[in-house]
Amino acid sequence: MALEPGELVGLLGPNGAGKSTLVKTVCGLVRKTSGEVSIFGAAAGSRESRRSIGYLAETFRYPTWCTADELLTLHQRLAGSDGDAQERARLLVTVGLPEAANLRVEEMSKGMQQRLGLAQALVGSPKLLLLDEPTSALDPVGRRLVRDVLAHLRQAGVTVLLNSHLLSEVELVCDRVVIIRAGEVVTQGSPHELARPRGVRVETDAGERVIDGVKREDIPDLVAKLVAGGEQVFAVTPLRSTLEDVYLEAVGGDTS
Amino acid sequence: MTATIRPVAVLAAWAVRESLRRRVFAIVALLTVAFVVLYAIGCSAAFRQVNTLTGPDGVDGREFAGATLNGLAMFAILFLGSVLAAFLTLSTVRGDAENGLLQPLVVRPVGRAQVLLTRWLAAAVVCSGYVAVVYTAVLITLRAAGGWSPDRIVGPGALLAAAVAVLAALCVLGSVAFTATANGIATFMVLGGGLFAGLLGQVGHGIGNRSLEHAAHIVSWALPFEALYQAALSLTTADQVGLTRFLVRLGPLGGGDPAGVWLLPYVAGYLVAVAVVAMAATARRDL
Repeated sequence: MALEPGELVGLLGPNGAGKSTLVKTVCGLVRKTSGEVSIFGAAAGSRESRRSIGYLAETFRYPTWCTADELLTLHQRLAGSDGDAQERARLLVTVGLPEAANLRVEEMSKGMQQRLGLAQALVGSPKLLLLDEPTSALDPVGRRLVRDVLAHLRQAGVTVLLNSHLLSEVELVCDRVVIIRAGEVVTQGSPHELARPRGVRVETDAGERVIDGVKREDIPDLVAKLVAGGEQVFAVTPLRSTLEDVYLEAVGGDTS
Repeated sequence: MTATIRPVAVLAAWAVRESLRRRVFAIVALLTVAFVVLYAIGCSAAFRQVNTLTGPDGVDGREFAGATLNGLAMFAILFLGSVLAAFLTLSTVRGDAENGLLQPLVVRPVGRAQVLLTRWLAAAVVCSGYVAVVYTAVLITLRAAGGWSPDRIVGPGALLAAAVAVLAALCVLGSVAFTATANGIATFMVLGGGLFAGLLGQVGHGIGNRSLEHAAHIVSWALPFEALYQAALSLTTADQVGLTRFLVRLGPLGGGDPAGVWLLPYVAGYLVAVAVVAMAATARRDL
């Protein structure tokens, strides 16, 4: 599995498939048992590789006593970022917390803390961003904001690995989707590639039905045939399998 | 500043700030103020009564009262300092990893060993400062209430601070394997075990039981905060002689035992060994 520079890849899989483990291995938090992991040519876990990484953990917490500004300052210093107060202010605006600089973590809602976590991950303009369930605590507005941030990052050439259970979210923002099960990649491709045609829904005076195996270019012939057969056709809708269909097929109904 | 030292300095400063701004520090500070006030009242009453009593020949009553009150205070300082050290370090590795506090730090270009070292350093600095402040307050109280001062001033305070730093190191080591709650319990059991062994050693000394003395000696090497505590106590009455010395050496909560020349080098080596084991265990741990 390889991520191209500037690519936004969604990682899907059932619980226990190894999504978080993969992300943590890339970060150097978990030691690999086999194989090789490298980040821009540096071994995963090495100091050099960690210079390129921004990471938002699935289970995250920040010291409750510190303010957003203090937390970002700490990470600026640890990341060796040249950014100053301007970078911190910009990051807080990016994640929708422009007024939170002097707010202590304990005064923030879980959603605000998750946004702060995203700002923390973006400190120092990382080349690779690893996001493990970055929207788990966010409301729909917050999720939309994260999608906008991801779109902006893609434009800026940042490589993103997004681990999420929210299929619709992955489908909306990712260039490529990788589905894994028990540590193995079972299928991957762009959301459009994965979402295969799967027939049409036809509404006639005889009722509504789905006809499998019919492609978009076959629809005129199908309509002609139905009309010739005495049916009145009101609507024909091409159907594509959703990412959810693909996912369920790929994991073999493993919903553990 | 080099790439290695800079993150250590940044993390150490952060850890010190965290130590001072956590609620536990405020609670310990409040308890300490209460302790010092009650201690001053107690010292005042004790010295007033001693001045009206006549003790057995060869016993300096004021000296005995001063050394005993000071011994009590040193036990309290060790205990309060240990409480502070334990609460500042008990979740350093496993507890913080389970809470998700550790991962954002170690993903930065900072080594796990550096995180561990800075957490211990910060706890040692804060706890040493705390010990110094309370010890000074006790000395001022003893001087003001009874005109008594220990035979050595700086040494006992420094040894007490070192004892608390050793306990903080053990707590950091425990945090690699134990959850925060389990580590807190383990740390206080270790503290209690060490002090209890010291008491038994004094009892053994009093009744001439070599086995008890030997057992206490072994515990003092295994848990050198106990040896440091005893050395600190011993320094406070280093110049006493005769029956007074015998009585004050028994002490209210474990008596003093002078440090050998190898104690401080041994403690330094002990801390290095604890650090090496903690770093090796942390490096192998999946977070």
